[in-house]
Amino acid sequence: MSALTGPKPVLDVRELTKVYGEGEAIVQALRGVSLLVTQGDYVAIMGSSGSGKSTLMNILGCLDVPSRGQYLLDGVDVSRLNENQLALIRNRRIGFVFQSFNLIPRTSAMANVELPLAYAGVKSAERRRRAMAALDRVGLADRADHQPNQLSGGQQQRVAVARALVTEPALVLADEPTGNLDSRSTDDVLAVFDQLSEAGRTIVLITHEPEVGDRAKRLIKLFDGQISSDVRQDGAPHGGRLEDQQTILMERLR
Amino acid sequence: MSFFEILRFAVGGVTANKLRSALTMLGILIGVGAVILLVAVGNGSAKQITDRIAAMGSSTVTVQSTSRGTTGGITLETAKALKDPVLAPNVKTVSPVINATSSTMTYQGSDHAVPQFIGTYPSYFAASNTPVGSGTAFTDEDLAQGRRLVVIGQTVAETLFPGTNPVGAEVTVSGALFTVIGVLDEKSSSSGFQDANDVVVAPLTAVQQVLTGYGPVNSVIVEATSAAKVTDAQAEVATILDQRLKVTPTTTGNSASSTPYRIQNAAQLLETQTQTASTFTVLLGAVAGISLLVGGIGITNIMLVTVTERTREIGIRKALGAPRRVILTQFLVEATMLSLIGGGLGVAMALIGSQFTIVGVKPVIVPSSIVLALGVSVAIGLFFGSVPASRAAGLRPIDALRYE
Repeated sequence: MSALTGPKPVLDVRELTKVYGEGEAIVQALRGVSLLVTQGDYVAIMGSSGSGKSTLMNILGCLDVPSRGQYLLDGVDVSRLNENQLALIRNRRIGFVFQSFNLIPRTSAMANVELPLAYAGVKSAERRRRAMAALDRVGLADRADHQPNQLSGGQQQRVAVARALVTEPALVLADEPTGNLDSRSTDDVLAVFDQLSEAGRTIVLITHEPEVGDRAKRLIKLFDGQISSDVRQDGAPHGGRLEDQQTILMERLR
Repeated sequence: MSFFEILRFAVGGVTANKLRSALTMLGILIGVGAVILLVAVGNGSAKQITDRIAAMGSSTVTVQSTSRGTTGGITLETAKALKDPVLAPNVKTVSPVINATSSTMTYQGSDHAVPQFIGTYPSYFAASNTPVGSGTAFTDEDLAQGRRLVVIGQTVAETLFPGTNPVGAEVTVSGALFTVIGVLDEKSSSSGFQDANDVVVAPLTAVQQVLTGYGPVNSVIVEATSAAKVTDAQAEVATILDQRLKVTPTTTGNSASSTPYRIQNAAQLLETQTQTASTFTVLLGAVAGISLLVGGIGITNIMLVTVTERTREIGIRKALGAPRRVILTQFLVEATMLSLIGGGLGVAMALIGSQFTIVGVKPVIVPSSIVLALGVSVAIGLFFGSVPASRAAGLRPIDALRYE
């Protein structure tokens, strides 16, 4: 195997469980998920509602914490970090795209994209330049001064993608980014993800739609809080979850 | 992230929803403005009372004869003895007053019963703070000659001389002819049971000759050299009177009930009235306190709603990597701006409002009420603006994002 010079892992999740509620109303959202994502990978996670995919995504994005298990991001154990360090991780390492866009209302597209840079302490002029570049990358440079309610759903989501990209994060996470969009807007947004992937960004996205999942290099299916299949799609699909895990395990050992 | 950047965020947050910000500021404006203005009105009316009392003359002492009948009491001789540069150095003038009650004044067939027909000295006008408006007062020479001259009050002038100038007219009082030489200025009749303008002042000698005869005087108005010397003058007067009237000095200063005279000074009167006024101020203060409370609840409401409404926004900001401290500072600055601008406008409104007369009272701003109203409102605004923001900033981003 040529894994000696293989790309280093960005995401390393081990036996992750997440439990909601207490007593009678207990819900097991994740039942021991282990996952390794290497740099430059493009992973799609699919599953029916209640399969735990959003929960997994929120944990990966450091928006939520797991009940048990370990999560290493770029080799750093996230559970050991305090509130401020987590804020720093969210700001520098992760770009998160939400299903419902989550742009700040009554604030221009430009200001929305600038926001993560502002929290990172980037100077105003530099910030504008980089925000403009990010907007240009998603094809919305001419809409920089528009407020979210003056943009279409697809445009809003592309602004959100630009916001996720602007800090040059190691990892782009997208929670059903096309869930609220029509087919044309879906194509626009996915085209952006394709470009990002070609440029070597690590992407993990959640989707309901098979055609979205087909574009990814690797497709993971979740069922009842566990990974039910894990397939490579770039030409030669991997034989299944167990085999893939073994490959990754060997990569890790080296 | 620099404070300047956070400040820019806060300005953005305030201007993002202009209507909400304007309403928040309006709530604070009304709360602050109402309290300041209400206290100012209370203070203004209290001040009005004090001013009226001060108008009566604050440097005078009134000696009233309490003995009935013609024997005893304060004779004119006794009254004159009160002006003694050695025994009573703080006494400036002494004006004995005799009151020929219920004298009827006639002019060209019309009658007017004057409740107060005062015979006194020229110094009375200054001492009792009743200046002559038109015409002149009588002089010491008029007094010595016993000339029959009168200075009449506004009510008398209006009743007997409607629409004409009374100065120079000849009136009849109990069959004797008097010449009107002046009209007194209008006096506010706030204290007392009778119209302070229904009065006639004539030289003492003339009144004695024509109306009352040479009995004791009713009262003596003693003017002290200054308002600060009133108490000294009162003591001196009491000493002389005790000596003259052969009263054993049981008490110094003010007289016991057995003495044939009673001394009152304006300062004592002022004290009583000031107590009344302060009761009034306390009452208005309570009303102001309640409006401050109500205003505070209004501020609390709008701040809570504003921040709760923005919990989701806080979630987004946290997901983008905003540290808790930055979010807190932003919301604190926003709350400060709204509170201070609203409060400042409230103070401005109260200051403008105090320029007008409200229900007959000229409001007088109490500086401490500005500090109190502004302080309380801003404190409430800050507390209820920052505490919910702090709670929201403490949530996990996902919980804040899911907040409905």
